Amino acid sequence: MVDVLANNRKITDKKNRPFEKIFYSAIFIVAGLVLAMVIYFIAVILIRGLPAVTWSFLTTAPNPIKKTIGIFPSIVNTLYIIVFTLIICVPIGVGGAIYLNEYAKNKKFVRVIEFATETLSGIPSILYGVFGYVVFCLMFGLKVSLLAGIFTLTIMVLPIMIRTSQEALRSVPKSYREGALGMGATKWYMVRTILLPSSLGGILTGIILSIGRMVSESAALLLVAGGSAMYMPKGSILDQLSGSGSTLSVELYRYAYSRGDNQTAFGIAAVLIIIVILLNLLTRYIAERLNKK
Amino acid sequence: MSEIKIHTKNLDLYYGDVYALKKVGMDIYRHNVTALIGPSGCGKSTYLKTLNRMNDTVAGVKITGDVFLDGEDVYGKGVDVTILRKKIGMVFQSPNPFPMSIYDNVTYGPRMHGVKKRIVLDEIVEKSLQDAAIWDEVKDRLKKPALSLSGGQQQRLCIARALATQPEVLLMDEPTSALDPISTTKIEELVSQLKRKYSIVIVTHNMQQAARISDYTAFFLLGELIENKKTQAIFSAPKDSRTEDYITGRFG
Repeated sequence: MVDVLANNRKITDKKNRPFEKIFYSAIFIVAGLVLAMVIYFIAVILIRGLPAVTWSFLTTAPNPIKKTIGIFPSIVNTLYIIVFTLIICVPIGVGGAIYLNEYAKNKKFVRVIEFATETLSGIPSILYGVFGYVVFCLMFGLKVSLLAGIFTLTIMVLPIMIRTSQEALRSVPKSYREGALGMGATKWYMVRTILLPSSLGGILTGIILSIGRMVSESAALLLVAGGSAMYMPKGSILDQLSGSGSTLSVELYRYAYSRGDNQTAFGIAAVLIIIVILLNLLTRYIAERLNKK
Repeated sequence: MSEIKIHTKNLDLYYGDVYALKKVGMDIYRHNVTALIGPSGCGKSTYLKTLNRMNDTVAGVKITGDVFLDGEDVYGKGVDVTILRKKIGMVFQSPNPFPMSIYDNVTYGPRMHGVKKRIVLDEIVEKSLQDAAIWDEVKDRLKKPALSLSGGQQQRLCIARALATQPEVLLMDEPTSALDPISTTKIEELVSQLKRKYSIVIVTHNMQQAARISDYTAFFLLGELIENKKTQAIFSAPKDSRTEDYITGRFG
């Protein structure tokens, strides 16, 4: 008979378990630290940045003669780049994931592609910048332009889009697929009516991650989309996109590094954070609307 | 003897190197319940899935032999599995309603096959749910998510969903194995009702269930069909000693 297993204790004899308590406290402290850091981070940026955010700061272009600072062109450029990159990259990414998960028969081929997308999503972004500069700006003759920036970001976030969509599709139970196919649904009908609606949440996460990656990009975009803070898009969409201009992150980098203007840099940071939060909320809202239909 | 609905002959099936069905030949009769019994891994579910070609979706499957539905070759050239599976509906082991409303679950099949009119759909929903003996429980909450139903209700909803495409044959793969005794009884009663309109093939692990609800019972062992006879005959006077050992609980 093992002594510790002998039933000589009452169930009310509470045993002291110091390790439980230590681990519990440790986890509690770590979780608190994470939360505190995030709050501190956002608070510092907003507190230091918001005083710089005035109406003219948001709605005008910088004017070297009057010596005023404005970031309106950069806001427009940032939104353009995000929206158009998503328009290209979401259908391709989700479509690619559907192919890999549901249609591709050759498992070896799928594994090679998955390995490639994993590798690509871990590559430093400046490499995409150099690639984009050589291929899109020079070879395709797009010059340094928003369009070159959009294409470069597309290949940069495509791996993220594919991976997250694949994960989302994989999480849909096999029984849903069987149920639909068992009633005579074609594969595409099953994908359209069952898989896509069920994996919308995961695809959404992919979109939000992609937006994050695009917004945070500075080095690569400086290379392929240019650094003009005064470029105001004009004319047709194509005309607008073929001009070169800087995004908020590029501007942030320049104000903080080349010009040493921390006040403006924090102002841009505050605007950037607010834009990211708004875009995430908007994405969520759109997905919910789609889901209800 | 009733009319033959499905006829299989010399049916061989390989999963890669595994010889899963060995020269299975049997008939399934119209408006009868045929139970497939046998220990786990004996090929009864595999056999069931060859009838509506659900094994096609499994990688590495090789099937030879014949399956005829009303004299038409199920594995013949130019067969549209969409139409085949409209005629041969299927209910799975664990209830698998789609994550949508009860109404949308039932109309999934009809819509897919091109029914668009609201009035027709409403009618199909009511009729299918009534036939599946769940109408009274859900008629006031057709727009509620199907996943909010209990397990037994979900399975009857899945039966309604299968009935909604107006099949001729209903394949049921251990439809009660995940359910409580009361829900099981309901589904068994339902099966006895449904055989007036449909030909039913049901895989079951439960010998009493086979004895209670089926007209014919087929006993599978290691991929072979050992015996296929009237249920009464197989349970009272099995010919093969292996059948006897199994139904008396000596193995399996």
